[in-house]
Amino acid sequence: MDWPFLFATAKTLLTGVPLTLRLAATSLCAGFVLAVGIAALAGSRFAPARWLAALYVMLFQGTPLLVQIFIVYYGFGQIDFLRASFAWPFLQQAYWCAVLALSLNTSAYGAEIIRGAIAAVPAREIEAARAMGMSGLLLRRRIIWPQALQYGLANYGNEAILLLKATSLASVITLMDVTGLAYRLVSKTYRSEEIFTVAGLIYLALTFVIATGVHLLERRLTPCRRV
Amino acid sequence: MEPIQSATGALSASPVISATGLTKRYGALDVLRGVDLDAHEGEVISILGASGSGKSTFLRCLNLLEVPSGGTLNVLGEDVRFRMKGAERQIADARQVNRLRSQVGMVFQNFCLWSHRTVLQNVMEGPVHVQGRNRHEVREEAEKALDRVGLLNRADYYPSQLSGGQQQRAAIARAIVMRPRVLLFDEPTSALDPELVGEVLKVMQGLAAEGRTMLIVTHEMAFARDVSSRVVFLEKGTVRVQGAPQDLFKGGMDERFDRFVSHFSRQG
Repeated sequence: MDWPFLFATAKTLLTGVPLTLRLAATSLCAGFVLAVGIAALAGSRFAPARWLAALYVMLFQGTPLLVQIFIVYYGFGQIDFLRASFAWPFLQQAYWCAVLALSLNTSAYGAEIIRGAIAAVPAREIEAARAMGMSGLLLRRRIIWPQALQYGLANYGNEAILLLKATSLASVITLMDVTGLAYRLVSKTYRSEEIFTVAGLIYLALTFVIATGVHLLERRLTPCRRV
Repeated sequence: MEPIQSATGALSASPVISATGLTKRYGALDVLRGVDLDAHEGEVISILGASGSGKSTFLRCLNLLEVPSGGTLNVLGEDVRFRMKGAERQIADARQVNRLRSQVGMVFQNFCLWSHRTVLQNVMEGPVHVQGRNRHEVREEAEKALDRVGLLNRADYYPSQLSGGQQQRAAIARAIVMRPRVLLFDEPTSALDPELVGEVLKVMQGLAAEGRTMLIVTHEMAFARDVSSRVVFLEKGTVRVQGAPQDLFKGGMDERFDRFVSHFSRQG
């Protein structure tokens, strides 16, 4: 095994880690904010709002992320009013195109996780709170949201891991993240086996860190299930 | 009797809860067909009846967990306001209902403690966040309440770490720290293993002895006979018979009631 080459490869690929993490973190945060909005629409009493949320989720879950990235990156430049809008300075850059596509995509999955977590809060416990005179925001803040957070956390952690791996698709629109750098290195050296193995190990290390972090957070937030 | 205005602003001679002609229908099903009941200060009323007689629904109407389809309801001297939406009757003033609920304690069949909070947090939640009382004082009162139901040494446990009987006693502590004017119990021992029923009934007996106003839906005949001041027997959504327990349980007052009771003693 060519250790010096592997170390040199690892050194090169690790310079892509900050971009990979930035893509994932930015999209996770923006996606979460969107997801909360979509989940609120999905739980609305107003039927058209629920249809809108269902359509949104269906669109983004039903099409490949790669296609979504292509539409944003290649397609949005063809739309005149977008080119004229304040968003154009951002959409001109591959980075923001990737962030937009990733955020929209993860928000659809996130909305489903949030909706499920809210639905999992036992109706009886909500009733007990109502019987005590709680309602509205107080009921949500004290009883519903804290429990939904416990139910949803593990699933959202999975979504974060999926998102981290999905950022590798951003390399197809010229971004030099871990995968992008690996691809460039392969085209120079033709040693694809070793290079992609190193790239895979880097992703594995990153997901391990996230999974551990989520696990610790879960333990902290759910003392009641640590019997 | 001439009503006397008490210091709290309530009419001392007026009932704590007064239901008149209360009905509840779900679609084509009439669960309550006009129930009249006045509960006065200090009364302990056991509400008995076969399953499907509407006793739980009636109790849940009293704190508006179910909205009665018809009839009037007066709680703590206030007429509960309703409005019609289409053919459906709704609560007109949600703030009025919240205010009344905070003074009407409810203990459920399935305890319904909040699973994400410790026993102490469960007990402190209402006084601190609904009534806005001082956290320090509430803590003292909560600990006293837990001590009284024998759970002070479980204050920092989560509900899932407790037995059913302990959970129900915690739920009772949670209800009494709200300083309710009346306590509603919806089959408080029905979900318990037989050996745990006694500890809960003992706590309830203590509350009754304090002169608290209580309405209890129950299948515990001995408790209804020995502890309550009045027994109300519901059948098919109406009050079939009511009276002092010593009169009713003697037998001969109502044939349906006698049959109901004998059925229980045969089972028990």
